[in-house]
Amino acid sequence: MTERFVAFDGVTKTFAGGVHAVRDLNLDIARGEFVTFLGPSGSGKTTSLMMLAGFETPTAGSILLDGRSLDRLPPYHRGIGMVFQSYALFPHMTVAENIAFPLTVRRRPRAEIEDAVRQALDLVQLTAMGGRRPAQLSGGQQQRVALARALVFKPPLVLMDEPLGALDRQLREHMQIEIKHIHARLGVTLVYVTHDQGEALTMSDRIAIFRDGSLQQVGLPGEVYERPLTSFVAQFVGESNQFAGTLRDVTGLVELDGGWRMPATIVHPLAIGARTTVSVRPERIRLSRDDGAAGAVQELIYHGDHLRVVVRTDHGHAVFAKLLAGAVPAWVRDGAAIRVSWDAADARALDALPNHTTEEKLQ
Amino acid sequence: MRQPMSRFLRPRFSAWLLVLPLFLFSAATFVVPIVMMLARSVQDPELSRAFPQTAAALALWDGRDLPPASSIDTFIAELRDARGTEGLSFAANRLNSEISGFRSMLLRTARSLPRDRQDDPVAALARIDARWGERSTWAAMRRASGPFTDGFLLAALDRQRNDDGAVVRVAEERAVFVTVLLRTLWISTLVTVFCLLLGYPVAYLLASMPGRIANPLLVLVLIPFWTSVLVRTTAWVVLLQRDGMVNGLLQRLGLIEQPLTLIYNRTGVLIAMVHVLLPLMVLPLYSVMKGIGRAPMLAAMSLGARPFEAFLRVYLPQSVAGIGAGCLLVFISALGYYVTPELAGGGGDQMISYFIAFYTNRTTNWGLAGALSLILLVVTGLLYVAYARLSRGPRAPA
Amino acid sequence: MIWSLAKRALTVLALGALLAPGDAAARDLTVVGWGGSSQAAQRRVYYEPFTAQTRVPIQEDSWSGGLGVLRTRVQAGNVTWDVVQVEADELQIGCDEGLYERIDWAAMGGRDSFMREAVSDCGVGAVAWSVGLAYDGARLREGPTSWADFWNLQRFPGQRTLRRGPKYTLEIALMSDGVPASEVYNLLRTPAGVDRAFRRLDQIKPNIVWWTAGAQPGQLLASGEVVMAAAYTSRMFAARRDDNRDLRVVWNGSIFAVDHWVVLRGSSNRDNAMRFIQFATRPENQSRFPALSFQGVTNLQAALPSDAGVAASLPTQPDNLRVAMPLDVEFWVDNIEELTQRFNAWAAR
Repeated sequence: MTERFVAFDGVTKTFAGGVHAVRDLNLDIARGEFVTFLGPSGSGKTTSLMMLAGFETPTAGSILLDGRSLDRLPPYHRGIGMVFQSYALFPHMTVAENIAFPLTVRRRPRAEIEDAVRQALDLVQLTAMGGRRPAQLSGGQQQRVALARALVFKPPLVLMDEPLGALDRQLREHMQIEIKHIHARLGVTLVYVTHDQGEALTMSDRIAIFRDGSLQQVGLPGEVYERPLTSFVAQFVGESNQFAGTLRDVTGLVELDGGWRMPATIVHPLAIGARTTVSVRPERIRLSRDDGAAGAVQELIYHGDHLRVVVRTDHGHAVFAKLLAGAVPAWVRDGAAIRVSWDAADARALDALPNHTTEEKLQ
Repeated sequence: MRQPMSRFLRPRFSAWLLVLPLFLFSAATFVVPIVMMLARSVQDPELSRAFPQTAAALALWDGRDLPPASSIDTFIAELRDARGTEGLSFAANRLNSEISGFRSMLLRTARSLPRDRQDDPVAALARIDARWGERSTWAAMRRASGPFTDGFLLAALDRQRNDDGAVVRVAEERAVFVTVLLRTLWISTLVTVFCLLLGYPVAYLLASMPGRIANPLLVLVLIPFWTSVLVRTTAWVVLLQRDGMVNGLLQRLGLIEQPLTLIYNRTGVLIAMVHVLLPLMVLPLYSVMKGIGRAPMLAAMSLGARPFEAFLRVYLPQSVAGIGAGCLLVFISALGYYVTPELAGGGGDQMISYFIAFYTNRTTNWGLAGALSLILLVVTGLLYVAYARLSRGPRAPA
Repeated sequence: MIWSLAKRALTVLALGALLAPGDAAARDLTVVGWGGSSQAAQRRVYYEPFTAQTRVPIQEDSWSGGLGVLRTRVQAGNVTWDVVQVEADELQIGCDEGLYERIDWAAMGGRDSFMREAVSDCGVGAVAWSVGLAYDGARLREGPTSWADFWNLQRFPGQRTLRRGPKYTLEIALMSDGVPASEVYNLLRTPAGVDRAFRRLDQIKPNIVWWTAGAQPGQLLASGEVVMAAAYTSRMFAARRDDNRDLRVVWNGSIFAVDHWVVLRGSSNRDNAMRFIQFATRPENQSRFPALSFQGVTNLQAALPSDAGVAASLPTQPDNLRVAMPLDVEFWVDNIEELTQRFNAWAAR
């Protein structure tokens, strides 16, 4: 990225008691970009967002917005719109009053406020709801009000902290698209926090994946999914088979625990004899009757559009494959003898998962 | 036929049975005594019970001069029969609250009644006590002849009926209840305001702390709540007295030269009552604030409001329900306070409950005690209705 | 089904009602005093020896007076108190109202064995106490000698404490104004007398701290908050003994009264209650009481304490009695309501 609209420069946050919430975060965000902070709870993604919003102060490093340091700027002077997980609507105000709030604290003329509120209501398709109170709205409608309120004063940057967490799946997917459209329409820069990898893949321009306070990988959704740099990313984004093993030669031949030898792509420099974790997406597993490691179908799970097949190899590994519903050969039957293989390009030899022993895998 | 019927009814019936003990308990210990006490404020049975015919005769008397001799004869006969009975004592007590001294006059008269019928009954009574020859004595008896009276309610408002039956103010030096009622309302208001000023920041602090810190602190707030009012008040007396710790500290710090009078006056009453009632303010505020959480303040600030404006426009309005509940709890509790003003106050700091207790226990003038209670209850009820109106008003859908 | 349930519930209720009086019958003899050091003394010289001698256990309770309390108990038919120590006004009204059992004076040793104030149809005098002028000898080298000195703000600057209420206070005000003790109540029975008492109180009103509990005057004297007090004399002598304080009492113009033992009407322990009163008013038992409590006793045959210091501290000591004024119970029964109202109206001004 050439343009640094938002920049985290070596940002570290340590809480009382020495807990490292965020370690040495370096991240640039371009103007107009939609960046998602993805990670499990406690990974530091929300703390990073709160530092950007001004509700937490970095212990070290600094954050820049549009070239200006935010270090000494209180949240109410940052001009950043924010949507909270709980919506944080003001229950004693009407919807219109809620949306007008950022403009009234800025002492804008009345006519301008009314205009802006009407436009914001139109934007989120709540035109007729201005006179209601938040409690009279559904969860999805409340979410739209929170969105409108964060956008109405035309902030250059909008932060969203798990804004769809409380909605049911269908509504959530609908809102994902809608937020994406609004982002596209307004061209605003958007930083979005979620622990839902599907949401991250659907909406973002780029995804930043956090774990234990450290940034694991930043990249386009396709990059992150297809070319994870760590076994954690491989596991957290999408689904993957992960096998512990030892690298046997420079071409990437890995001897998996249990004696199964398979090819893989070496991602990071790795010494011969080093421990590694081989990660393979289930849709890249090849099943056949004559090629690969021998095993038997242990379980078939029907998912409508696809079928999940669990194969127990003779080496003792459980391998999980996804087959498109229309493309399931007749010989994939419960208990049938079957062989498993993959292309070296589809298997990534990543860092060893220390806590992910073969014994566990074999259970 | 039987089976579905009983299956349909049984759960409801046994549910009723489950609440029945509580219902009976609160009816027997709470509702019934209160209703009986309030009913006393208009009942006036003593005289008509002790002297039924006299009471009936006096009701017919036009109130001018003296009652006819026949009525007085009836009275003498009934008084003679009442000698040594409890009814006489109750009637004497009742009349004593009309005219001080009536009790001993009536009992002495009963003891000294002439044996046989007199030609001039008034003169015979007046020989025992000259006051029997006065119209006001008989007017007092007529006022007390029952079975119902407005006398107690009037007395509770510093009013009385004069000998002609007109409502007039009582003598200036006896007029005390209106002052006391206003004083009760005023002290309660001050206590409520101070509790709010002190309790709001405390509750805010508690609500914004994480649970592991807030919970022990909340216990500290509650400890005084669990301590007896008497103990807490006595502790304040010790702290606030002339050579108590507070004065000692202020003097050592050089803030004052002469010890301040902090106890046995209004200051002492306010300090002790605010302390005693503070938990009643903090707890509802805390629970409402806990429900508000941090998010609205953060949201308001992220939208550009400075902390003070965010507090005024966003936090304060959301905590109004807690303020209302806390103020109502403190105010209504304060209205009934008795022990604290008694121990920490001076001559001019007694509240209405002091008089209710005085008339209930000391002089057993339960009519006046009931009337004062009724007035207190009505004032409390009106305030509650006003609160309910106010707190509902702005929430009504536009 | 419904009916059987209802019947069962009624049976339980009825059983409860049957059981309740059974409980009451098994109740110990309950004696109710005024708590504090006085009841502690009673425990040692009356309660414990009585139980030791008769094997009748005693349940103790304490109260702080109020006829309404007794009336409620008797009227509710729930008499769980048997013997109660009452003040003279409670004795008189309660007796008229039939709240107490009648005393069989022959069993008590005859009316003539007791001082006049101790004898009535419904009660036997238990203790004689008084309210007198008290001060701290350590603070006042030349102490006051009369109520007139209590009003002398020049010679004795500082606060003084009186009981909050008209009782004792109005009498003291008139005595301080030169009214002889024998004339006090005659004067108070006239409106002019009451006015005069309140006018007299006006003169020191800013210098009065009001007490409500009997323990307060001693504390106020100890802390130096007041220089003089109208106080229960027994409390002063107890503080002298226990806390080594030089509290002194001026007997001149002290107000003297008697508390009585009564048995509540309907007591299920009536006979034992009467036995207790008889025991607690016998001369040999009463004579052990004053040395502990600094209060007088009522049986004329009870020997005065051999300790001259204790004897001099008793309201019943002849020299003290001579200069004291008996409380006029009838006056206060007649006038307590009106004068309390008036007192409070005055105090608030």
